[in-house]
Amino acid sequence: MYAFDYHKPSSVADAIAVLKKADDGTFVAGGMTLIPTLKQRLAQPSDLIDLGGVKELVGITVSGNTVTIGAMTTHAAVAKSAEVAKAIPALAALAGGIGDPQVRNRGTIGGSVANNDPAADYPAACLALGATIKTDKREVKADDFFTGLFETDLAEDEVIVSVSFPTADKAAYMKFDNPASRYALVGVFVAKTAGGAKVAVTGAGQNGVFRVPEMEKALSANWSADAVAGLKVNAGTLNADIHASADYRAHLITVMAKRAVAAAG
Amino acid sequence: MPTVTMTVNGKKVSGEVEARTLLVQFLRENLHLTGTHVGCDTSQCGACVVHINGDSAKSCSMLAVQAEGTEVTTIEGLANGDELHPMQAAFKEHHGLQCGFCTPGMVMSAVDLVKKKPKASEHEIREWLEGNICRCTGYHNIVKAIQHAQQTM
Amino acid sequence: MPDGGTGIGAAVKRVEDKRFLTGRGNYTDDINRPGQTYAYILRSPHAHAKINKIDTSAATSAPGIVAVFTGADMQVGSIPCGWQIHSKDGSPMHEPAHPPLAQGKVRCVGDQVAIVIADSYSQAKDAAEKIVVDYTPLPAVVDMSKALSGKTLVHDEIGTNLCYDWAIGDEALTDAAFAKAAHVTKIDIVNNRLIPNAMEPRAAIGEYDQATGEYTLYTTSQNPHVIRLLMGAFVLSIPEHKLRVVAPDVGGGFGSKIFHYAEEAIVTWASSRVRRPIKWTADRSEAFMSDAHGRDHVTHAELAMDSEGKFLALKVDTKANMGAYLSTFASSVPTYLYATLLAGVYTTPVIYCNVKAVFTNTIPVDAYRGAGRPEASYLLERLVDRAARELGLSQADIRRRNFIPTDAFPYQTPVALQYDSGNYTATLDSAQKAADVDGFAARRKASEARGKRRGLGYSTYVEACGIAPSAVVGSLGARAGLYESAEVRVHPTGSVTVFTGSHSHGQGHETTFAQLVSEKLGMPMENIEISHGDTNKVQFGMGTYGSRSLAVGGEAIVKALDKVIAKAKKIAAHIMEASDSDIEFKDGVFTVAGTDKTLPFGQVALTAYVPHNFPHQELEPGLDEKAFYDPLNFTFPGGCHICEVEVDPDTGVVTVERMTAVDDVGRVVNPMIVAGQIHGGLAQGIGQALLEGCVYDEDGQLLTGSYMDYTMPRADNLPSFSVGTETTLCTHNSLGVKGCGEVGAIGSPPSVINAVVDALWDLGVRDVKMPASPQVVWAAINSARPAAAAE
Ligand SMILES: Cc1cc2nc3c(=O)[nH]c(=O)nc-3n(C[C@H](O)[C@H](O)[C@H](O)COP(=O)(O)OP(=O)(O)OC[C@H]3O[C@@H](n4cnc5c(N)ncnc54)[C@H](O)[C@@H]3O)c2cc1C
Ligand code: FES
Ligand code: FES
Repeated sequence: MYAFDYHKPSSVADAIAVLKKADDGTFVAGGMTLIPTLKQRLAQPSDLIDLGGVKELVGITVSGNTVTIGAMTTHAAVAKSAEVAKAIPALAALAGGIGDPQVRNRGTIGGSVANNDPAADYPAACLALGATIKTDKREVKADDFFTGLFETDLAEDEVIVSVSFPTADKAAYMKFDNPASRYALVGVFVAKTAGGAKVAVTGAGQNGVFRVPEMEKALSANWSADAVAGLKVNAGTLNADIHASADYRAHLITVMAKRAVAAAG
Repeated sequence: MPTVTMTVNGKKVSGEVEARTLLVQFLRENLHLTGTHVGCDTSQCGACVVHINGDSAKSCSMLAVQAEGTEVTTIEGLANGDELHPMQAAFKEHHGLQCGFCTPGMVMSAVDLVKKKPKASEHEIREWLEGNICRCTGYHNIVKAIQHAQQTM
Repeated sequence: MPDGGTGIGAAVKRVEDKRFLTGRGNYTDDINRPGQTYAYILRSPHAHAKINKIDTSAATSAPGIVAVFTGADMQVGSIPCGWQIHSKDGSPMHEPAHPPLAQGKVRCVGDQVAIVIADSYSQAKDAAEKIVVDYTPLPAVVDMSKALSGKTLVHDEIGTNLCYDWAIGDEALTDAAFAKAAHVTKIDIVNNRLIPNAMEPRAAIGEYDQATGEYTLYTTSQNPHVIRLLMGAFVLSIPEHKLRVVAPDVGGGFGSKIFHYAEEAIVTWASSRVRRPIKWTADRSEAFMSDAHGRDHVTHAELAMDSEGKFLALKVDTKANMGAYLSTFASSVPTYLYATLLAGVYTTPVIYCNVKAVFTNTIPVDAYRGAGRPEASYLLERLVDRAARELGLSQADIRRRNFIPTDAFPYQTPVALQYDSGNYTATLDSAQKAADVDGFAARRKASEARGKRRGLGYSTYVEACGIAPSAVVGSLGARAGLYESAEVRVHPTGSVTVFTGSHSHGQGHETTFAQLVSEKLGMPMENIEISHGDTNKVQFGMGTYGSRSLAVGGEAIVKALDKVIAKAKKIAAHIMEASDSDIEFKDGVFTVAGTDKTLPFGQVALTAYVPHNFPHQELEPGLDEKAFYDPLNFTFPGGCHICEVEVDPDTGVVTVERMTAVDDVGRVVNPMIVAGQIHGGLAQGIGQALLEGCVYDEDGQLLTGSYMDYTMPRADNLPSFSVGTETTLCTHNSLGVKGCGEVGAIGSPPSVINAVVDALWDLGVRDVKMPASPQVVWAAINSARPAAAAE
């Protein structure tokens, strides 16, 4: 790790103020992505601004048809939240499947969404459920938020405050683990919403998380595993590595989509 | 250099550290609590697991300054004097360790599991251990030990 | 055997556990020496490159820097290889120079280029980034076939990438047998390259005492005396009496900590230059590219049979990857630890095996749990499985027809070894029962009802361990003896310290060895201490590998104990005024036969050190005996592993549903520890079969350089195991022990792959490569479907 200065502000406003003053500052939330990155010397921030002291960023509220999760809420907290489990069981299950228990005890939804790892789980839920990402400045629709590999619409000095998920009639997430890292090799989130069916895929796209319009169309017309059984994402748009060829990923997307629909009921 | 203060195994400690010091370095190098180990650099092996305010966490993936003001328990703080914690005793009884390198993290993780899911099935125990890699035991006896500790903890 | 007791056969809880469970272990990185500095080793990012220039000036003047050294500074001996193999034409193998710090060229990613020594590790790492190395990258060769046919040379001065071209067996006889065969089964096998991954990364602390001129090396080693010998005599020219090597608690080895590594020599050498202790600890990424890897064979094999499925001859052609340099035992693994096992448990009368060892621009390959024997069992058991399918025989049947019969021992194989004992039918019978083979059909049906496929796979294997008689290994090219030494020091008050040349890094020697003492001297465990791992304490030792600790090291302890008892009997006879031959010793008490005169062991010990009433004419005072034990033969554990898997044909995911192992490890001293050793071996065997595989790209970059890409077996990849033993005793050591450290890793991989193939056979799948990851299995199913349709 390179040397840096450390700050622990207690409000969003202070955090942003510190960041603006720093040469090349960065926020740290759970640190489950950032600290390993720093350890490998893949980044060299001048200042680390710890959001761990900002109480206003923690918490889960369910009101009407919306589940709002504060950015600093850990995966463990979402996984064990009875409210989330009741409102959007697929979301609690997804959180419970991120990493391992120790990662879930520290990693946060804000960090996960801000990081937009192409193999992360939350971004799939955000797209499929039509989440809104609330920052200190604005509200951004998930569809506009995730812009590429590790890229989002977030400005450098912008803090994610919370993520709001509309509930769905039915939803499920099926994750096929990368055998080594246990991130998603392919993860498919399906949701039956008032506005039609949505299908989002993580782990597989060359540009990160993406939606599958053909599957959405088919499922909107007929919510059943059979409806997607014959649909295949073009392997040309998918990534390939030692764990999975693009063809294999394309195949898994269909299998996971079928299983997700079946699991959603 | 920032000063950090925390409670480790019931004792208040503080030290001056570079901000980039990891919690595990602080424990091993400043406090000489070498029971907490480092087995990887990708936050996956769990040799470094300690409890922060009662929850298991990877001390290799946290800065010492992030633990400011917390209660940290390491493997050295688990036993009650000379009397092993029921999880430690179960690991001994069921031969849940061989070389002992993964053991501190394994035990700390297992204690957290039994606290949070006292009735975890074998399958759930194995899933919980996703973040703890052991190269020696094949996990068989670790699982047995945890099942035993479910009765004695 | 008394289950509550502490002697041979008792499941005594481990003595060493308390310190590990309470965080009081003492691993190398836990040690801090006064004035200690920290080292970072700068490594090559290239698989093959010429070093034109190294500019260390900016690094040398960075904060906290004590010194920076490169190959130009460190002109020392070459890291030696411990086993010389001769090619079939009689010429010795090619042995390239292996400098601890690169001399003008790097030959694999991870090759050591410079050492940066600083007051803190962060400072050393910070400064290392300031070193400018001017490289000219050269083409790299990774694939063994290309290495043999292409122009790129790993070592220009050798002029070839062929290290040796070795053979065993009678080729003419083998060909003649093939000519008469009714059926020949052929198979192509890749034994995947593995990265050992002991959980404790390697570490070393070098220290130099200016006053005495003595060096001390603390290191994560399985055999400190061997390191002292190799490093002292060959690399650094430090005589033994000025070099102490300490291997304290070591967090797993599995072979990877046998070898003498460059870093050990570098920190030891540099400590005398900077006059301060130097600690180096690998991080995991560094371990991936600096620990010797394992396996990596490519083999074609053919089995000739008569019309009844009786094996007539076996012909094997293997290419074995050595990597860029010859690691300590690298050359012996694909020869004497592999091809000599190709008879397996079968009566195959003639065998011929040719092995070409090949240099590539990859990290050196050496022994990893099983070392050669897993490669042999994998190829044989895949071949036998295939043969059974081609001949329409059941898996058990083809094996039973060819087993070496129980009454045929000692059995001389056509590939040099003579097996002393075994009962392969017994282990097969017992494993079939434990695996509930009879219930398999119903379980398969149930799986199929859920859209899954189920398979059952067998492996019946034998291995050679307890390595081994010095005279034999010496004649085969070993440059070391392979005995073991022990000292049993009885203290005046009757407690005992045993010094052993074996080294425990998870095997529980402190318990098992103490049980030997408890049994022989009739004393409680708490009176016994086992000391190991320090060349200044232990007279000599060859260390722990090849499942040799109990069969060789334990036997040495028994020999020393026998000497102690013999002397103590004489002392007892003197005190009790009886003749030596009338003294009996049992449960810690000396008795004059036929009388009620007794003397406890402690009293005799005290007399040995307070020799007022002592047979001075006949004996020296004291009770402290040493023994070196050089075995008469290898030992031959064997057994049967049966694996049952379920395959999800939609995703290619393989789940191990049942793993049954029934092994013959000879006499079991501590059944709890033996079972634990087998569990660990099974996990590594299943890991090799389903999860683990080292991958390089064509340019020699390591693609599996961390746990993000190298799949380690985790708890949820594995089932609970069913393990059991069927015992025949080793006939040439007094304990009757054979060894249990490697059987799990040797026997299991073929059982797993045979099970996967069994599950998919009807879909047309004929082979599945290791590791049978979901992608591999899915691809196998996919490419088989059209083939099956065409059949
Ligand atoms: C072993 C391991 C396994 C994992 N497995 C998975 C997995 O299976 N699936 C998965 O999805 N993830 C996985 N992760 C990643 C984990 O979920 C991380 O916690 C998450 O991606 C990042 O969250 P964090 O709170 O740790 O963020 P940090 O690491 O602290 O930060 C990540 C980035 O987000 C920025 N950031 C953080 N919070 C905010 C905010 N509120 N506003 C603006 N920017 C912010 C930071 O500046 C930084 O750039 C794994 C991690 C580890 C170590
Ligand atoms: S050291 Fe491996 S997870 Fe912390
Ligand atoms: S006991 Fe050695 S790694 Fe677990």
